[in-house]
Parts: sequence; C-alpha cells; structure tokens
Amino acid sequence: METFTYYPGCTLRTKAKDLDSYARSCAQALGIALEEPSDWQCCGGAYTTAKDEIATKLSAVRTLNAAKQAGNPLVTVCSACHNVIKQTNYDISNDEDMASKVNNYLKLDEAYTGETTVYHYLEMLRDVVGFDNIKAKVVKPFKGKKIAAYYGCLLLRPAKVLAMDDPENPVIMENFIKAIGGTPVIYAQRNECCGGYVTLEDKAQAQKRSSNVMNSAADMGADMIITACPLCLYNLKKNSGSDLPVYYFTELLAEALGLKEDTNE
Amino acid sequence: MQRIGVFVCHCGTNIAATVDVKAVAEALSHEPGVVISQDYQYMCSESGQNLVKDAIKEHKLSGVVICSCSPRMHENTFRKAAASAGLNPYLVEIANIREQCSWIHKDIATATDKAIILGKAAVAKVHLNAPLTAGESPVVKRALVIGGGIAGIQTALDIADAGFDVDIVEKKPTIGGKMAQIDKTFPTLDCSACILTPKMVEASQNEHITIHSYSEVSDVKGFIGNFTVTIKKKARYVDEVKCTGCGACMEKCPMKKVPNEFNEGLNNRTAIYIPFAQAVPKVAAIDPNYCLMLKNGKCGVCSKVCTAGAIDYKQQDKFIEQKYGAIVVATGYNVINLDKYDEFAYNQCPDVVTSLELERLMNAAGPNGGTLLRPSDKTHPHTIVFVQCVGSRCDDEKGKPYCSKICCMYTAKHAMLIREKYPDTEVYVFYIDVRTPGKNFDEFYRRAVEQYNVHYIKGMVGKVTPKADGKIDVQASDLLANEQLHINADMVVLAAAIEPDKSARPLATMLTTQMDTNDFFTEAHPKLRPVESATAGIFLSGACQGPKDIPETVAQASAAAAKAIGLLVKNSITCNPCVAHSDELLCNGCSSCEKVCPYGAITYQDKEFRMPDRTTAIRRVASVNPAVCQGCGACTVACPSGAMDLNGFSNSQIMAEVDAICK
Repeated sequence: METFTYYPGCTLRTKAKDLDSYARSCAQALGIALEEPSDWQCCGGAYTTAKDEIATKLSAVRTLNAAKQAGNPLVTVCSACHNVIKQTNYDISNDEDMASKVNNYLKLDEAYTGETTVYHYLEMLRDVVGFDNIKAKVVKPFKGKKIAAYYGCLLLRPAKVLAMDDPENPVIMENFIKAIGGTPVIYAQRNECCGGYVTLEDKAQAQKRSSNVMNSAADMGADMIITACPLCLYNLKKNSGSDLPVYYFTELLAEALGLKEDTNE
Repeated sequence: MQRIGVFVCHCGTNIAATVDVKAVAEALSHEPGVVISQDYQYMCSESGQNLVKDAIKEHKLSGVVICSCSPRMHENTFRKAAASAGLNPYLVEIANIREQCSWIHKDIATATDKAIILGKAAVAKVHLNAPLTAGESPVVKRALVIGGGIAGIQTALDIADAGFDVDIVEKKPTIGGKMAQIDKTFPTLDCSACILTPKMVEASQNEHITIHSYSEVSDVKGFIGNFTVTIKKKARYVDEVKCTGCGACMEKCPMKKVPNEFNEGLNNRTAIYIPFAQAVPKVAAIDPNYCLMLKNGKCGVCSKVCTAGAIDYKQQDKFIEQKYGAIVVATGYNVINLDKYDEFAYNQCPDVVTSLELERLMNAAGPNGGTLLRPSDKTHPHTIVFVQCVGSRCDDEKGKPYCSKICCMYTAKHAMLIREKYPDTEVYVFYIDVRTPGKNFDEFYRRAVEQYNVHYIKGMVGKVTPKADGKIDVQASDLLANEQLHINADMVVLAAAIEPDKSARPLATMLTTQMDTNDFFTEAHPKLRPVESATAGIFLSGACQGPKDIPETVAQASAAAAKAIGLLVKNSITCNPCVAHSDELLCNGCSSCEKVCPYGAITYQDKEFRMPDRTTAIRRVASVNPAVCQGCGACTVACPSGAMDLNGFSNSQIMAEVDAICK
C-alpha cells in the first residue's frame, strides 16, 4: 500500500466536503493510504501569489515540510491548493534567495529546500494507481454518459511548473473519464477561467465567464461537467445560469467504484 | 637559432580597447628567439600584411606569430602572406587574442596579461614548427543533391547545365516538394504547378541528372572532392523501369482509406499510389503500412491489373554506393505540429485548417477541385479568419523564436484570392506585424487591404471555440481600437510556423555539418559565405538553412550550384598537410588508433624490420592515409605508445604551449 501525505485545504472542510470525503474513500479502495498532517494551515491561496511575498507562502512550506518529515509524497485535490503548493515548492527548489528567506523565517530543524514531490490527486490516479487499474475496479461504469472535463485555469498553468499536462490540449481528465466508463466531451472552453474570485467584485463578469464554459460544454452535447476546484464548482453552479449538472471528479470516481449512491438520478 | 617575428593586431578597437597591445608587443619581444615585435592597427589589411612580409625578408625570420583574431578568420590570409615572402606557410602561428580574449574580458589588466600568455604559448609552439607541404587530392566530378523540392531541382539543373553529373536523392516517391502542393505563388499570382512541373520534367530528362526517388542517404564517408555516399533505395514494390504510370492499379486497389499526404490528409488515396498526376518519376509505389497483400498476404489485385507486370511484392530495400565531389543539402521545411496550440481548436474542428491545407482546398487538383468549401460540411464559408504567427516569434519553449518569414505574404495572397473569387466572403487577418520586405511584396499586401478590402486587424486571437451549429467563435483583441472582438466565423486558417525537416538532424550528423538551435543548417559565414556549410564540400540550398520563400530559395539554390560547380571544375584540391603519421618503430600494432578514427584513415600492415641483433622481424604497424585523414588528432590521444603524432600539432608542440601558459 502506497502512503501519501494528504492535504485537504480549508474549503474541503466547509463548502467542498464532497470533494474531500470521496477522495478519501476512493483512495482507500484503490490501495492508497492518505495521512493527514495534524496541524495543517491554509495553503496561502487566499492571498495574491506575488513573487516577492514570503509570509503568505510559509504555510504552504509547512505542509511541504510535514510531508518531508513523514517521508511521503504530498497529494492535494483542490486545484487552487495544488497550484499554490506546487508553485511554492518550485520556487523553493529553483530560487535560492527565496529558499533562504523562507528558511530564515521558519527556523526548521533542517532547512526545507524542495525535497517533497507534489502530486495532484488526478496525477496520483494516473501515475501511481494507473487508469487501467481504476478501469478494472469500476463496478458501475458511466456507460453512454457524455462527460465534459473542466480544467479551469489553475490546474494546468503555469505549465512548466505544474507539469501535469499540455495546458492547451490536455488529456488527463478525459482519460480519467474513459477509465470510469464515460465518454469524454472535448469543448473549447474547458481550460478557460470560470471567473474565480471576481464573482465578489464583478458578478456580471463571473456570470459571463462561467456561462461561456457551461454553454460550450452543453453545446458539444455534455450530460454533465466535472471539476477538481471548489471555486469553479461554485461559479459554474451559481453564476452560469445553466442547469447542466456539475460534480467533483471524486464523486464520479466514488460512484463508479460503488462507494456512493447514484449521482445523476 | 630561431628568428621569430611577433605581430600584434589592434583590430581597430576590437582588441585594442580591452588589451594593451603595445604592452603585449613589448612583453613578447623578450621571449627567446624573438627578433622583432610590432603592433599595427589592422594586421590583415594590405599594409599590415606588407609589414609581415617585409619583416620576414629583412630579418630573415624563421617563424611568425600573429596575435589577432581566431585562426578560422585569417590564418589563411597570413599563411599566404608568409608564403609570398618565401617563408613556409606552416611556420606561421596565430594567437587568438580577440574571440578568446578581448571580446570576453572587460578588465584591461586581466585581458592584457592573458593576451601576453597566449602570445608566449604561440611563440613556444612556433619554435617547434616544421615546414609542411600540402599534397593534392583528386575531385570526383559528380554532385549529390539531397532533397528534390524546388531548391534541389534548381541546384541540380544548374550543376547539370555546367556539364557535371548530378544525383538527386528524394525521400518521397516523387520530386517537387512543397511547391507542388501550392496553388498560386506571390507576388505575381501565377500558378505554382505551371512553373514547377516543367522544371521537374526537365530534371528527369536531363542526361546529367539521375533521380533517386523514394530514397534516403544512409551513410556518408570521405571529405571534400571525394565523398562516398550510401543511398538507400526504399522498396516501392513496383519496378521503376517497367511501370508506365497508367494508374490502372490505383483504380482497382481495394484499400482506399489511406490519408493522402499530398492533400495534407484532407482526402484519401489508395495503398498503391502515384502522389499526383504530374509526379516525376511517374511511377507507382505501394504503401507497406496499408497494402493488404504486404500486410496479410491476401489481395494481389494490382499485380493482376498491371499489364506491364511491374508489381513486385518481394522487392527489398536496395543500397547503392556512389562517389561524389560535392554534396548539396536541400532538405527543406515542414509545418509545425499544432497540438500545443489547441486554443485555436485545430484538433477539435475540421474547419480550422493550416495555410498549407488551405492551399490544397483552393487547388484545382485538390480534394474539392478548386472550389473553396468547408471540410466539415462542404458548404461555402462566408466569414474566414486568418491567424498569423501561430508558433512563430514565440517567447516560450512551445513555439519557435524566429519569424517564419513567408506567412505574411501567403496570407495576403490567400485573403486576396478568396476576395477575388468569392466577393461575398468577409476575410479577417489578425497580425502582430505585417512583414513584407521584398520586390513588389509590400505593394502586394497593400492591394489586399486597399483594393480587396481584407480586414487587417492588429492583435492576436486568444480563443477559438467551435460551436454545435457549425459556426466558430473567434475571440480576439483589436490592439489599435483597444477592444475585444468576437467573430462568428465559418473557417479559421492558421499560419503555422515552419521548421526544418526531421531528416535534417541525422543528416547533419552524417555530414558533420553544424546546425543552429532550431535545427537549421548553419552557413559558413552569415554574410560572406551564405550557401556553404562550415564543412568543406557541403553546400546549402533553400529552407534547410532558414525560412525562405520561393524566389529566395531559387536564388540560393543557384548560388549553391555555382559554389559546387566551382569545386567540380577543379581536377584536384590542396589537402591539409596537418595530418597524423605513425612512428613505425614505436607502434606496437594495438589498433587503438584505428578504433577511434572517425574517417577510416588508418590501416595496418605487416612490415619487415631489422632488429638490433641483425635478425629480421615482421611487425604489424599502423599507417595513415593522408588523403583521408582530417587531422582531428583523436589517434594521437588514443595511442598508448606515443607513436601517433599530428603534423603542425605535435605532442611536443602542444606540451610546449602548455608549459608556456603555466610558466
């Protein structure tokens, strides 16, 4: 059994409980042990990720260091947490100045210099579990269901740092959909921004962005849309004006593995 | 006792601004054997050379050291000057105090110290220089042209015109290249096929030209004037001599679902095929990846219908070896893969096409017989958006940093042709800059804007969203009006960047020629030797050296031919005398040198030796063929007994240099 240090993030404790709980139950069913660090903090995603800001990145480093101490790779599931943590890890590994400043603040027993490998849950499914193995464990395939993957902006970019997939022509979520027996729908807006936090200041803009996404998916014949991001899910559900169902990818995985009641009915 | 002259060049301010040249001349004047040490502003100028010549005569110099630029630049100049003054040219040494000193240092004191050390090393070496005499090697009067596009065809025709035999090696079943796929050419809008196909025919009928189609270069040995090239003639499963090109086999072939490369995959061809009607040679080839007979042994229809009996399913790849005096590379270009640019939805929507695909869609011999129809539903597009610079002028790794150069002009051409033929069609062109230098080029572009009312918008397309109703939403920015645009288009045409053909890199390795970071072949000098590679006897023609349009390609092709002819008319060329030689008394016949020699210049022979006790022994010893040796020095390093040595760069000379530097 592979063990990962699992970082849920704040939103998964409040609004996005589904994203979290099914991530845990599916991991168990797929033979992955998720260990949650006892005293994790916010990833830092609530702040602007400015290059010269150190204080807002310290909490991400604490999480990375916790995984290092446990000797595990780190896995995250929320797109925003993943983006912040992976970018912070990259900066620490590649920017000596930043690494020394961070370590001067934290005064850890041993300096953290980017040792932890960071996975997104989807990457863990692809690279550690393997989509073929998931396919073999699926008991309730989404046969005939046309599922549109929504990447949003945070999951793939900046491509050099996130290094998950091609940011313009990604396949990881489509391959995931195939693994759980569904038919992926390719639509142009799948990697565009949903509007994100702009919804707080300029609701009309968020409405425009998220309806673009939903309409584009519906236009291409999608029955449902899946995402890894709580904020995307919020915008697509509340701001798009579309009634196309939106789910976390972990919900569908749980259902396919027989760990959850029907999603769609 | 040696009498050495030292000459320090200012190179204007190139050297003198960072190196105290007078101090260098002064310091070197105290070196052993130095009888004269001078500095001068431009040593390579006529008066500078005269300075050297006069000093050789006046001071009866036995060796000369020039502290100047890289020996690649002017070693030959000073060798010639020395020779004309009666000194053996190989008694001249260059200390490179420009590229390896003044250009890379900022501090004058450091640079001056280094220049003095480099000068001392050269003086130490020249003490041990021996006069060398260059031999001669014959020139094979036959040229090889690699690539049969317009560049290769033009080069071959020009060389043949001068009376020399030329072979064209083309990897596809026909010559013609990209130009054969193009509909009209800018800026005259004349028909591409009408000007290309006569040249193709001319090449095939010329008694001096041999076309090896469906063939590749698999090995290159030798050197300028005397290359030995192995050409792999791929099995086409059709006898080239017997096939009449009647096309009966193509009509009957049951495997009709093969993507047609000539039409950029926009329609299908059969497994046995002639790429297009004007192909040269007009001989069919069987695609082994699709032929049912070759794949599972069931079919054989083509051999039944072929009245000429040309089909041969048992044909094998054939290798032929041929000697050449000169090689011209004309491997051309390809359009980049657009997978990384899916913001333009190329993989999602058949109505998003590349410009080369549009050429086929508009070509009378193309999939729609010359009527512009959308690939998806065969309807007339009424709004067409062109996107320029797709993958060109990119500042990240996903694209190319260079300008592909031809796109502005062909996009203007496409826009104009569409407006001319279908006036009810709205045409938009999104550009970063419009670059149209060239004879009659800017006038051409302005005609598209002013006369044909093509909407040129400065700005880039951000997102292309195909919609279920078949329309395509194009989101873009208009930078001049500072506004966001949404265009409801029927077709989108991407001016994709061009890149060198994939075969170029392995070929460059075989030819030991240089490439730049983009895999374009590097010319010997960007201004003064634009059609020669740095490897002697290898010439460059067309887009393999950099993005080029047809007029420029043809000009370079003829220039490359002129250079190749200049070589082929010579009966022999002067060899480099700086080659390896083996001291037979030290050689123990271990074969270490033979194993490292990249040119196959070393052989072994059994020789009789008189031993000290007056007996005779037969020993196996190495011998170097000076005509084949390129003087790389690998053998001198590999030789465990110190028997191998290199003329002009002997072990003792190198050690003397090292000692001088470390003193």
